[in-house]
Amino acid sequence: MSIYAFIVAGWLVLAGLAGVVRSRDLVHVVVCLSIAQAGTYVLLLGIGYQHGGTAPIFGPTTPTSAAVVDPVVQAMTLTDIVVSATITALLLAIVIQISKRHDTVDPDQLRALRG
Amino acid sequence: MSRTTRQIVFLVAAAGLGVLLVLAFRGLPGFGTTTHPYRDLAVAAALAHRAPNVISSVNFDQRAIDTLGEETILLGSVIGAAALLRPTREMRRASPPGGGHVLPATRLVGYFMLPLTLLVGTDVVVHGHLTPGGGFQGGVVLATGLHLQYVTADFEGLRRLRPLSWCEAAEASGATAFAAIGLAGIVVSGAFLANVVPLGHFGDLLSAGTVPLLNIAVGIEVACGVVVLLASYFRQALLLGPAETEKESSR
Amino acid sequence: MTGVLIVLALTLVGIGGTVVAFTFEPERQALTLSVFGLLLTVLFVVLQAPDVALSQLGIGSAVVPLMVMLALRKIRSGRS
Repeated sequence: MSIYAFIVAGWLVLAGLAGVVRSRDLVHVVVCLSIAQAGTYVLLLGIGYQHGGTAPIFGPTTPTSAAVVDPVVQAMTLTDIVVSATITALLLAIVIQISKRHDTVDPDQLRALRG
Repeated sequence: MSRTTRQIVFLVAAAGLGVLLVLAFRGLPGFGTTTHPYRDLAVAAALAHRAPNVISSVNFDQRAIDTLGEETILLGSVIGAAALLRPTREMRRASPPGGGHVLPATRLVGYFMLPLTLLVGTDVVVHGHLTPGGGFQGGVVLATGLHLQYVTADFEGLRRLRPLSWCEAAEASGATAFAAIGLAGIVVSGAFLANVVPLGHFGDLLSAGTVPLLNIAVGIEVACGVVVLLASYFRQALLLGPAETEKESSR
Repeated sequence: MTGVLIVLALTLVGIGGTVVAFTFEPERQALTLSVFGLLLTVLFVVLQAPDVALSQLGIGSAVVPLMVMLALRKIRSGRS
């Protein structure tokens, strides 16, 4: 059971990709990409976790000698979440433009409208 | 290729990828291990610069140049989305569609929550080096708190409270302030984004050097960036009518 | 006890992610995405990452579903 967290992370990535492959709507594709990104967050935080560790913030309740979980992966994940939300916004704006120009957001039909 | 062919190819590839992933995960140190070399180095460096929140120290002191890159990505995406969603030859609706019937009690709750959420957001930004929080999280709380007005009132209520032109200017100045603090590091001590402000006492509000300053710069930038981003979406969805179809008009 | 909590949170996240990916109407997906954001926040808190949970709560439960719904409104109205 010690790799259960990583299995869940890999499952989320594959589920997101499966959603992309089976999709009939470009907005659905963008949301499934979000799910795949969530899988990478779970993987990063799973790597940094320590049994019995606390949050890496020292103060009155956590002395500086206490065991803490890894802060480097948390720092990476936290900026990643905010930046990927703006990338999702950019992708949704592209989908809106596609719907205006081609009047459809079905990925299967868009290939037929090429050219 | 057809849909079913595509799905079968994907299933085969996903099975292969799944097997490779499981083999890779078995080579990792197990979940919950006690050996974290980067943690030991990062905590030691953060305590040397008197920052209780090690994550803020990693983001704004030890790894600050990566954060500069990430907030530039944020700035670029907001500009890109605003450019993609700019109004073109579209009819402008005379007024936005009025909201549904909102109880006066709900409106009152919304007005109460506005100063509370703005205060909580500012607290999260400013105390980022002491408690869980920081520029990114506090900026998101500030922007979401403002948009609570859209839920409890209607779009007109949000528009009256939202200083959009100020937000556009503030977003750019937040990004510039980050780079300016970095350049001050070069001027004072020869390294970009070095921690050159006096370090203070451990646990004080004004401590940990440049970390609270960079937190505030990023907080302003993220909050105003999210407001500008959502404003582009609101304008497209609620204020602009459908264009004459672009295919005929572009011929 | 913490171990049980972590396993429970991970299982809920796995189920939630599958539900979101296999909800094919984007209008419903906005809502399930918001709930998934909440489940991820709980998982991050259990994994001792309060900073990450703060980010995820605001972004995944409020900002991204709002953008998805506004984009859908624009797309559906343009094709009415």
